[in-house]
Amino acid sequence: MSAGYELRVVQQAYDGSPRRVVLDVDALTVPAGEILAVVGPSGAGKSTLLRLLNFLEPPSAGTVVFDGAVVPPNPPLSLVRRVTTVFQQPVMLTGSVWDNVAYGLRLRGLPTETAVSQVLERVGLAALARHSAAKLSGGEMQRTALARALVLAPDVLLLDEATANLDPYNVGLIESIVRDQNQTRGTTVVLVTHNVFQARRLATQAAFLLGGRLIEAGPVEPFFTSPRDPRTAAFVRGEMVY
Amino acid sequence: MLGPLPPIVWLTLYVSGVALALATLAGVPLGAALALNPFPGRRYVELVIYTGMGLPPVVVGLAVYLFLSRSGPLGGLGWLFTPPGMIVAQVIIALPVVIGLTSAAVGSVAPGLRLQVRALGAGPRQVMWAVLKEARLGVLAAIVAGFGSVISEVGAVMLVGGNIEGKTRVLTTAIVLETRKGNFELALALGAALLALALAANAVLLRLGQRARL
Ligand SMILES: Nc1ncnc2c1ncn2[C@@H]1O[C@H](COP(=O)(O)OP(=O)(O)OP(=O)(O)O)[C@@H](O)[C@H]1O
Ligand SMILES: [Mg+2]
Repeated sequence: MSAGYELRVVQQAYDGSPRRVVLDVDALTVPAGEILAVVGPSGAGKSTLLRLLNFLEPPSAGTVVFDGAVVPPNPPLSLVRRVTTVFQQPVMLTGSVWDNVAYGLRLRGLPTETAVSQVLERVGLAALARHSAAKLSGGEMQRTALARALVLAPDVLLLDEATANLDPYNVGLIESIVRDQNQTRGTTVVLVTHNVFQARRLATQAAFLLGGRLIEAGPVEPFFTSPRDPRTAAFVRGEMVY
Repeated sequence: MLGPLPPIVWLTLYVSGVALALATLAGVPLGAALALNPFPGRRYVELVIYTGMGLPPVVVGLAVYLFLSRSGPLGGLGWLFTPPGMIVAQVIIALPVVIGLTSAAVGSVAPGLRLQVRALGAGPRQVMWAVLKEARLGVLAAIVAGFGSVISEVGAVMLVGGNIEGKTRVLTTAIVLETRKGNFELALALGAALLALALAANAVLLRLGQRARL
C-alpha cells in the first residue's frame, strides 16, 4: 500500500535559550509511492524532518497530513507502525543480527522465521545471522538496520544517510533494494542524503532544505537540471560553502 | 553450637528475601519510569530518593515502630515484633536503593535507543522493556545493592522485630545479643553465616549477570 504526506506550515522548535526553530516548512508534499530525496547541508533539519514523518515527535506548530488524514498530536501505535526509519546512526539492540531483524515483527506478534531469513538473504547478511549485532562492522550494521526496517513491509520507508560509510558495492546493493521495494510494493521512500548523485540516481522527487527552510521541492529532473532558486543551483553544483 | 543457627539463618533469608523481592517488583519499574519520563519536579523526587538511599536503618525502624505500635495508625495489623513488620521496614530501606540505581542505569542507556525501538514500532511498555533489557547489568547491580542494604542492617529489625528468640531473631540481631553476652565464639559463627549468606546471594545474582552479558 502507498501513502503520502502533506505538511502545512510545520515548525519544529526545541527548548533552550533562545528557543530554536530548527525546521520551518510552509508546504511540502510527499506523493504516495514515490522516492523523495531530501538534500541540504549539515544542520539543515533533515533528520528532524524524518522524526516528524515517523511521528516520533509532534511538530511544535502546523499540521501533518498522512494518507489523507490529519495526524493527531499523540498518534496511535497503529499509525506509527506504518512508517519506519533507518537512522543516520543505527542503534543495535543487544542480541544477534537475527534478533535485531526479528524485533519489530515480535513487537507486532507476527511470525519471524521465513520473513527474517528472506530479508537477511536480500541484504547479504544470511551468514552473519547468529552473530552478535554489537560486533558488526559499520557497513554490516547499516545493512542490518535496513533489513530490520524492510522486514516490517512499511508503507513508508525513511532513510537517513543509509549508505554513508558503505563501499561502492554495498551502496549499489542498497540502492537496488530500495528501488525494488518502491517499485514492487509501492513503498513511499524519503531518503536523506548529502550525495547529489545518489539523489539523482534514485529519486523521483527532490527537496532542498537550508537552515530549516524548504528552499525548493519538485520532480527530480527539473530540480537538478534547472533549479529555480540560485541557492539550490549552488548546492546541486557542489558550490555551496557550508 | 549449630543449634540456634538454622532457624535464624532461615528467618534472615525469609525477611530480607521477601523485602528484596517486593522492593524489586516495585522499584525497577518505578526507577525506569523516573528515568524515562521527564515531569515537572522530577529533580525533587530524585533528591528524595537519593536521600532515601542513605536512610539510617534505625530511623526507618523507629518510624515503622511508631506506625505499627498499638496506638499507631497501623497498630490494628498487629505486625509489631513480627516478621511482616520487619519486612515492611526493610522494603522501605531497599526501595530507594533499587529505584535510584535502576533510574541511573536506565538513564545512561543511549537516548537513540528509545527513538530506535519506537521507530520499529514499540509502544510505551515495549520501550520500557527494551531499555531495561539494555540496562540489565545496572539493574542487576541495583538489586544486588538493595540486598546488601537489608541483609546487613540491624537497626530496623532490632526495633521493629524486637529480637525475640525463635520468632524475630535474625543474624544481625543475634550477633549483637551474643556479643553483649560475651559469647564471642557464637557471635563469630553467626557473623560467618551472615557473610556466607551474602556471598551466596551475590554469587547467584552475578551468575545471572554473566549470562545477561552475552
Ligand atoms: N532534540 C533537539 N534539541 C535541540 N536541538 C536539536 C534537537 N534535534 C536537532 N536539533 C538541532 O536542529 C538542527 C537540525 O538538526 P538535524 O539533525 O535535523 O540536521 P541534519 O540536516 O540532519 O544535519 P546532518 O546532515 O548533520 O545530519 C541542528 O542545529 C541541531 O542541533
Ligand atoms: Mg541528520
